[in-house]
Amino acid sequence: MSGNKEEVDPRINGIKTKIRVVPDFPKKGIMFQDITTVLLDPKAFKDTIDLFVERYRDKNISVVAEARGFLFGPPIALAIGAKFVPLRKPKKLPGETIFEEYELEYGNDRLEMHVGAVEAGDRALVVDDLIATGGTLCAAINLLERVGAEVVECACVIELPELKGRQKLKGKPLCMLVEYR
Amino acid sequence: MQTIIALAPLVSHRLCLAPPPFPRHRLLCRRAPSIRLPSHRSSTTSFRLLSSFAASRDSEMATEDGQDPRIPKIASSIRVIPDFPKPGIMFHDITTLLLDTEAFKDTIDLFVERYKGKGISVVAGVEARGFIFGPPIALAIGAKFVPMRKPKKLPGKVISEEYSLEYGTDKIEMHVGAVEPGERAIIIDDLIATGGTLSAAVRLLERVGVKIVECACVIELPECKGREKLGETPLFILISSA
Repeated sequence: MSGNKEEVDPRINGIKTKIRVVPDFPKKGIMFQDITTVLLDPKAFKDTIDLFVERYRDKNISVVAEARGFLFGPPIALAIGAKFVPLRKPKKLPGETIFEEYELEYGNDRLEMHVGAVEAGDRALVVDDLIATGGTLCAAINLLERVGAEVVECACVIELPELKGRQKLKGKPLCMLVEYR
Repeated sequence: MQTIIALAPLVSHRLCLAPPPFPRHRLLCRRAPSIRLPSHRSSTTSFRLLSSFAASRDSEMATEDGQDPRIPKIASSIRVIPDFPKPGIMFHDITTLLLDTEAFKDTIDLFVERYKGKGISVVAGVEARGFIFGPPIALAIGAKFVPMRKPKKLPGKVISEEYSLEYGTDKIEMHVGAVEPGERAIIIDDLIATGGTLSAAVRLLERVGVKIVECACVIELPECKGREKLGETPLFILISSA
């Protein structure tokens, strides 16, 4: 299992304590992991970014992609000298796009990426604040692989392991900082 | 490679001007990798002097006479897409800036150099593209990052502020308790057009006792007069697209 090294890093607990869990959002039964409270703590936010940057800075990553949140990807990209590529819901990106569909609990949604943003041979890191079922990350991996990029790893702040998202990552390793059970 | 020269005032993607009465054949830049900003006027007339940090009422730009050398590269990395999201709108696409690692770094550096060491404890960013620029700035100056979002996205208790659209209204929201009275803040977005969203963000923060030191954007569309909506709040921009 990748990412275990981070579990003993002393910064992890500081990050974990800053995550606010909001029950019944967006609907009953869901314990929503609110990372905005991590962003309010400059040290916790910096530690989060540093943990990922330390892991990836020497891995020749040329692309950092993040779906919809854009909070963690850009700082990581800047620090490791990679391009940042936002993956967005339909109709948000103004140029020519390709899309990948993925399943929601009810129905489907789509993730889009600009044509030309990623090139064949790019080494990509996919970032998200949280992995639940893995649907979004799987769609992101597919988009990147379709244009010939190599997805090196997925990186998430939080994992909900009971939802088994790891199994949806097409064999790509997952690095996560905090588990929520 | 085509060089794109806009022959008319660029129209905001937030619909502040009627489409100009020019034939569409000039709008050939859909696949062009970059566009020079500002447009056909000489670059020296488009930039104004950067004064001291105590900003004047007018928009400030990040250039001296002769320009900060980083600005032209940043400007040329921004792609303008015509007719998005609808005909007549020239959409300023910063995603191409994010693909240029040096331009992205320089953009952040220009803001960080301005705001570091000024006692700013809050960087507020407006959804969604403000989230790309805000957090790196916040991290570099040691401030917290506060996302300001469309309704129903934030999970905790929120306060909201309404603002006008061309047709109807919209709201932005912020978590209760994210900021405290007396904090000093900057508000970041990729672009200011009419200033509707930014002025709502200013009002929202001021309602909870925060002092807005400045609003900061990569791009301004000056013909949309967003500066006027900000009232007393200073505006700092890198690039004026007119």
